[in-house]
Amino acid sequence: MKKYGKFAALIVVIVGTLIWLATAGIKENQTYYKTISELGQMGDQAYVKRLRVGGDVEQGSIVRRGGVVEFMLVQEKLNLRVSYHGTDPLPDTFRDGAQALADGRLGRDGVFHANKIQAKCASKYEAKPGAKPGGATPPANKASL
Amino acid sequence: MENIGALAILLAFCLAIYATIGSVAGKLKRNPFLILSAERAVYAVWCLITLASAILVTGLLTSDFRFSYVWQHSNRAMPLGYKFTAWWGGQEGSLLFWSWLLACYAAVVVFTNRRKHRDFMPYVIAVLASIQTFFLILNAFVVNPFRMLALGNAITAMPDGNGLNPLLQYPAMAIHPPMLYLGYVGFAVPFAFAIGSLITRQPGDGWIHTTRRWTMVTWLFQGCGIMLGSAWAYHVLGWGGYWGWDPVENASLLPWLGGTAFLHSVMMQEKKGMMKVWNIVLVSATFFLCILGTFLTRSGVVQSVHAFAQSPIGRYFVIFMAIGIAGTIYLILDRLTYLKSESQLEAVVSRESSFLFNNLVLLASCFAVLWGTLFPVISEAVSGEKISLDREWFERLMIPIGLFLLFLTGVGPLFAWRRTSTESLQKNFMWPGIVSVVLVIALLAAGIHHPYALISFGFCLFVAITISIEFYRGSKALAAKNQWNFARATVELTHRNTRRYGGYLVHMGIVLMFIGFTGSAFNKTKVDELKTGDSTQIGTYQLTVKDIRQGENDNYIWQNAVVEVKRGTDILGILKPEGRMYKASRQPTHEVAVRQRLNEDLYLNFAGINGERIILQSYIFPLVSWIWIGTLTLVFGTLVALVPSKVKREYARTQVVGITRKHAPVEK
Repeated sequence: MKKYGKFAALIVVIVGTLIWLATAGIKENQTYYKTISELGQMGDQAYVKRLRVGGDVEQGSIVRRGGVVEFMLVQEKLNLRVSYHGTDPLPDTFRDGAQALADGRLGRDGVFHANKIQAKCASKYEAKPGAKPGGATPPANKASL
Repeated sequence: MENIGALAILLAFCLAIYATIGSVAGKLKRNPFLILSAERAVYAVWCLITLASAILVTGLLTSDFRFSYVWQHSNRAMPLGYKFTAWWGGQEGSLLFWSWLLACYAAVVVFTNRRKHRDFMPYVIAVLASIQTFFLILNAFVVNPFRMLALGNAITAMPDGNGLNPLLQYPAMAIHPPMLYLGYVGFAVPFAFAIGSLITRQPGDGWIHTTRRWTMVTWLFQGCGIMLGSAWAYHVLGWGGYWGWDPVENASLLPWLGGTAFLHSVMMQEKKGMMKVWNIVLVSATFFLCILGTFLTRSGVVQSVHAFAQSPIGRYFVIFMAIGIAGTIYLILDRLTYLKSESQLEAVVSRESSFLFNNLVLLASCFAVLWGTLFPVISEAVSGEKISLDREWFERLMIPIGLFLLFLTGVGPLFAWRRTSTESLQKNFMWPGIVSVVLVIALLAAGIHHPYALISFGFCLFVAITISIEFYRGSKALAAKNQWNFARATVELTHRNTRRYGGYLVHMGIVLMFIGFTGSAFNKTKVDELKTGDSTQIGTYQLTVKDIRQGENDNYIWQNAVVEVKRGTDILGILKPEGRMYKASRQPTHEVAVRQRLNEDLYLNFAGINGERIILQSYIFPLVSWIWIGTLTLVFGTLVALVPSKVKREYARTQVVGITRKHAPVEK
């Protein structure tokens, strides 16, 4: 049926354009999630790809020098020195002990150069299994019905 | 007290199961008393969940720190209003809130339909009650809000709680979750009616007529919830952004996109009897996207600023969605014969076609956002690597989609049903088209070369003109016929067809929002280290730090800068961006200072102090106020559309009165 031909053609054009937009240059938009331990195992690949590393901010490690903020990211006894160069202000939730994600690249000097930092959101919808959501520690066990 | 609360939830769980089974059994056995008892069970469930919620809220308001939930999310110094909103500040409380809203909606649905739609109401009740059962399972057994703190065998109370994070102690943020939940939960109602209609093989559109207002109100709440979150991000987070394509943001947008598509495609079914299968699929998809959204926010399956850790609650949602989706697909496929279209698509340039492309593009955007949000999960399943897509990827797709939708908003309402003639096209679009092209040329001449911005401004003007012409033509005709003045004619025109003209107002709101979005292509940003007396220049403004102050009160320690804003020789005002450190939670916040005007916002953030110098981040956000103005216009337009029209409309259409189960024998 000829009239459906026109519709089909238009639909193909629209969907095709969207697929092209989605896939062209997707490599520049991809950021790989890595834990600090996985980062160590990546070898040379670590210096090439855009990475996102998560961990806890070590107590007392945040240092601001000029336009650069440096801190240590800790996860399961592994450390990663991070240096943040971005223009966006650091999130308010970013402080000692907060969970943070750093986006950027690992430099040859072993320092992770981040251009974006995210820190855990203010609402406590859930915590890591076994960990408390934050603040003072509660009594030893919880009674429930 | 806590025992009563937990018992109430358990009882509600049992009654919800009874309501589900009772209504189905009553329908199948043709026992109206059983159905009535199921309806009463729905009311009873509401009473019980209200009781449980009241107990939790009382605990919050009286700072009863024996409750684990109260201890985690409230503290003594918090203002009373925020103690109340802590009800939805954490996992357990917000899920109880979800259950309570669902119970409210279910009770209202049962009450308003107690004498109507007796043929499929039992199934509607069954669907709502089964969704209620799922959430009560979570409330009763998985994330119980009535957990108490204990030492050994004794329940103890902590002296003070952790409190709600000061970032959330902001009015827009306090009502953002209830608005969103009113949207999320609300889509269950049209879904339940659609399923009920499918099960009973309804030949007509009863379910759409009944749920039209529900869907519009739900969609409105969802939209408001999204925009409140945006406004909070802009004013509180300090980076001047209002949308980051974060997974949890996307989770709230997905059902809104589905809902928008649904609101448009139902018009096709009402006026032309087309897209029946599609509407059922769409309303089901929108509902499951709501559940998916709730799941994404809470389970930690996709890392975002809102959720880092894995949580066991996720698998319950997955099972619920799997069962629900499988059941819905089976039902749709089985009842396909009853959903045949009454008309066909005839021409590409027609109103049907524009609705079709509206739906196609909205669903494509929905799919794109879903794909981008779930990409880390998909890529990990496929390649073992967890890869996330950044906001540039989303923008690359969503900007052209948005512009195409904007274009459809302008042309669609003026296309005729079935086929639009060339004369009609010329009459309606020639002048708006020419004027918009002139605008684009003028902008180019003024130095604006950004292609998307030019297209956007051009389309915005085009749509604004076509909408205005629609109002003008209708009002002029009415004014001439009845000797009224123009204003009265416009009000009367709108009142006679609130759906249509309210819809035009909503479209106008979208146009204004697009003007605001387009302004972001011209944002300016600057970071300076300044001591008292220093100046910096951004855009046409000269900023001078007059003073740096600090102080302390019971709640927080503060530091701010007194910045004088000048343009040329005129002193425009004083802005005082501030940084605070809340003592109880050791949480720093930034109170940005914004000078909001229609053409641009001047936005200052106190980023920190370095010895004698402050770190000042200054931004210029052109046209951003139009986003908020557009939102208000959208809300107003929706409210107008909800008003019943003065004139009831009949659409000439084949009325399907019934479908035979057996074919009549055919003469050979």
